[in-house]
Amino acid sequence: MGWTGKVLRIDLSNGTSKSEPLNMEWADKYLGQRGLASKYLVEEVDPKADPLGPENKLIMATGPLTGTCASTGGRYSVITKGPLTGAIACSNSGGYFGAELKFAGWDMVIFEGQSPKPVYVTIFDDDVQLRDASDIWGKSVWDADKYIKSTHQDQMIHVAAIGVAGENEVLYSCVVNDLHRAAGRSGVGAVMGNKNIKAVAVRGTGGVKVKDFKAFMDATNAGKKVLKDNAVTGEGLPAYGTQVLMNVINEAGAMPTRNGADVQFEGAGDISAEAMAEPRRTDGKPNLLTNQACFGCTIACGRISKVDETHFTIQNKPEYWHASGGLEYEAAWALGSATGTNDLEALTYVNFICNEQGIDPISFGATVGAAMELYETGVIDDKVTGGIELKFGSAEALVQCVELTGKAEGFGKELGMGSKRLTEKYGKPELSMTVKGQEFPAYDPRGIQGMGLTYATSNRGACHLRSYTVASEILGIPEKTDPLETDGKAGLVKAFQDATAAVDSSGLCVFTTFAWTLEDIAPQVDAACEGNWSVDKLLEAGERIWNMERIFNNQAGFTAADDNLPQRLLKDAAKTGPAEGLVAGLDKMLPEYYELRGWTQEGVPTNETLERLAV
Amino acid sequence: MQVTLKLFASLSPCLPPGAVRNKVDLEVDSNTTILGLLDSHHVPREKCHLVLLNGVFHAPEERDKVALKEGDVLAVWPPVAGG
Ligand code: SF4
Repeated sequence: MGWTGKVLRIDLSNGTSKSEPLNMEWADKYLGQRGLASKYLVEEVDPKADPLGPENKLIMATGPLTGTCASTGGRYSVITKGPLTGAIACSNSGGYFGAELKFAGWDMVIFEGQSPKPVYVTIFDDDVQLRDASDIWGKSVWDADKYIKSTHQDQMIHVAAIGVAGENEVLYSCVVNDLHRAAGRSGVGAVMGNKNIKAVAVRGTGGVKVKDFKAFMDATNAGKKVLKDNAVTGEGLPAYGTQVLMNVINEAGAMPTRNGADVQFEGAGDISAEAMAEPRRTDGKPNLLTNQACFGCTIACGRISKVDETHFTIQNKPEYWHASGGLEYEAAWALGSATGTNDLEALTYVNFICNEQGIDPISFGATVGAAMELYETGVIDDKVTGGIELKFGSAEALVQCVELTGKAEGFGKELGMGSKRLTEKYGKPELSMTVKGQEFPAYDPRGIQGMGLTYATSNRGACHLRSYTVASEILGIPEKTDPLETDGKAGLVKAFQDATAAVDSSGLCVFTTFAWTLEDIAPQVDAACEGNWSVDKLLEAGERIWNMERIFNNQAGFTAADDNLPQRLLKDAAKTGPAEGLVAGLDKMLPEYYELRGWTQEGVPTNETLERLAV
Repeated sequence: MQVTLKLFASLSPCLPPGAVRNKVDLEVDSNTTILGLLDSHHVPREKCHLVLLNGVFHAPEERDKVALKEGDVLAVWPPVAGG
């Protein structure tokens, strides 16, 4: 148990749905959520399929602990072939949607084909309907949420929707649930838009059964105590959120700034967690109102903010004078440091728009950063930007860009392609800070060497969440390693990748791992699920998942040559800070990484590895 | 000599008056150590988790041995994380 044992398969082309039993043999090997849904995807979708075509599938998947009383047990993921990268995509989100899907009785929903007209899908326990979405097509995530709850007269419905960005197939559009939690990366929202699904609305009245109730309560209570007693999860994250990293990473000289030209941002303090909590000079109120928790979470790292009503972004837009999802570190970095912009209120507004229109702020901000470099170096001009003065540090330009990108209007249409396609179009591919087509996030590999290998080998394109070695290299969790050293990082990255793949498949939030190890997680999974889930079994499942994703990508056409970093990181040394004079030492880590993985030097898993893991 | 002290998150109340946005410039004796400077501002030792001198981490056992130099920047956090 833990699993409901039921998969909902929706054929959009024919407008039909059916229930089928979960493949328990696969569940025993791939656990749930990321791992298990990826298994379904690789079995059912041709790796060479067009991500934006009816042959691609979109899966919304929960883990066995989703919807249970385990702390943070509310996660779900969206799994598909990503249009931004062409690689396997898996974007994880919190909020309440995942738990509600489980209460409705489903481990996952597989969407296949393409609806002939825009629909929204209602899943009210066993009652599944595809409904006409013409009233909300063209509207925002927030409007769709409101419309569905009022149409069905039930405020307890949880909605995952796309905004206009997903409808317009912006390549980094996301799926937003519960107004401001997002399955953010790799363009999963564009796949949903391509399938003509505006929203998925769920309401469940069941519960989640676990294998051994007493053991489960003991294990989850012990886990909650560890989170409470730990200074990071018990105090730091609830008070400051992930945004506390803004000053940390800047001081450590690992803050990619102005499209990665610099590694420190002079405006970091202005857009930090500390700045969010300070009373503003204009109205004496802080940007941050409170923290917020996802379903069942005892950490509560989320930010709820309110923009200054007199700020230029919203002074004439009272519809934005309310509280909403505030800046998390990655968004603050991308909208701020990557574009050289230090206007906290503007960044918060732009973040609101990203949530409202379903745009990944990481790829959006990084793409604007690349566009600003094209503009400042004279490669593009006002004619191309439609009159936007696209200078680094311009909050006005950033705001104009976000308002155009979701709608795919004017220069926004070009921004919506992502920085790889944008810079290639103008003959400057070296200005794209991407791996496998996806923009890298808020850690510069010149100052945190392990993150270079993390980005280069991430199966969904550059990503920090696939192996967050920052925890060890900067924050000293579980133990401190030297961020400027490449020695030992291959093993560190592999260990983080395998453990994270297991956590991402459980229904739990990866932020628990600032306090928990798999020793804390295994008893919770084991008490919920059949199958003797030990630490070793979780790690093996994680390694199996990693290899399965890799094989899909290799079959999609990726090779070792794609395990690379932008030339800027490999050739241009950091100009300031502890990493001054250093480049990313990827070549020193990658061969060892392949060896540890049991892959050939061409990055292909050997038969022996595949047999050992029974992939 | 002059050094800069930066205290973040829950440590910021330990900053002396005159600090702006988590940061203050201070005159200190030339033999002041990392720990000496933190102690003189009553920063609880057990809360000094992430101690970066010019961006480079210094472990607890080094903090009473490393003397500050003119222009040094000492930045300190309690246990924090993000992602
Ligand atoms: S730690 Fe933060 S992101 Fe994770 S479940 Fe809790 S509130 Fe959500």
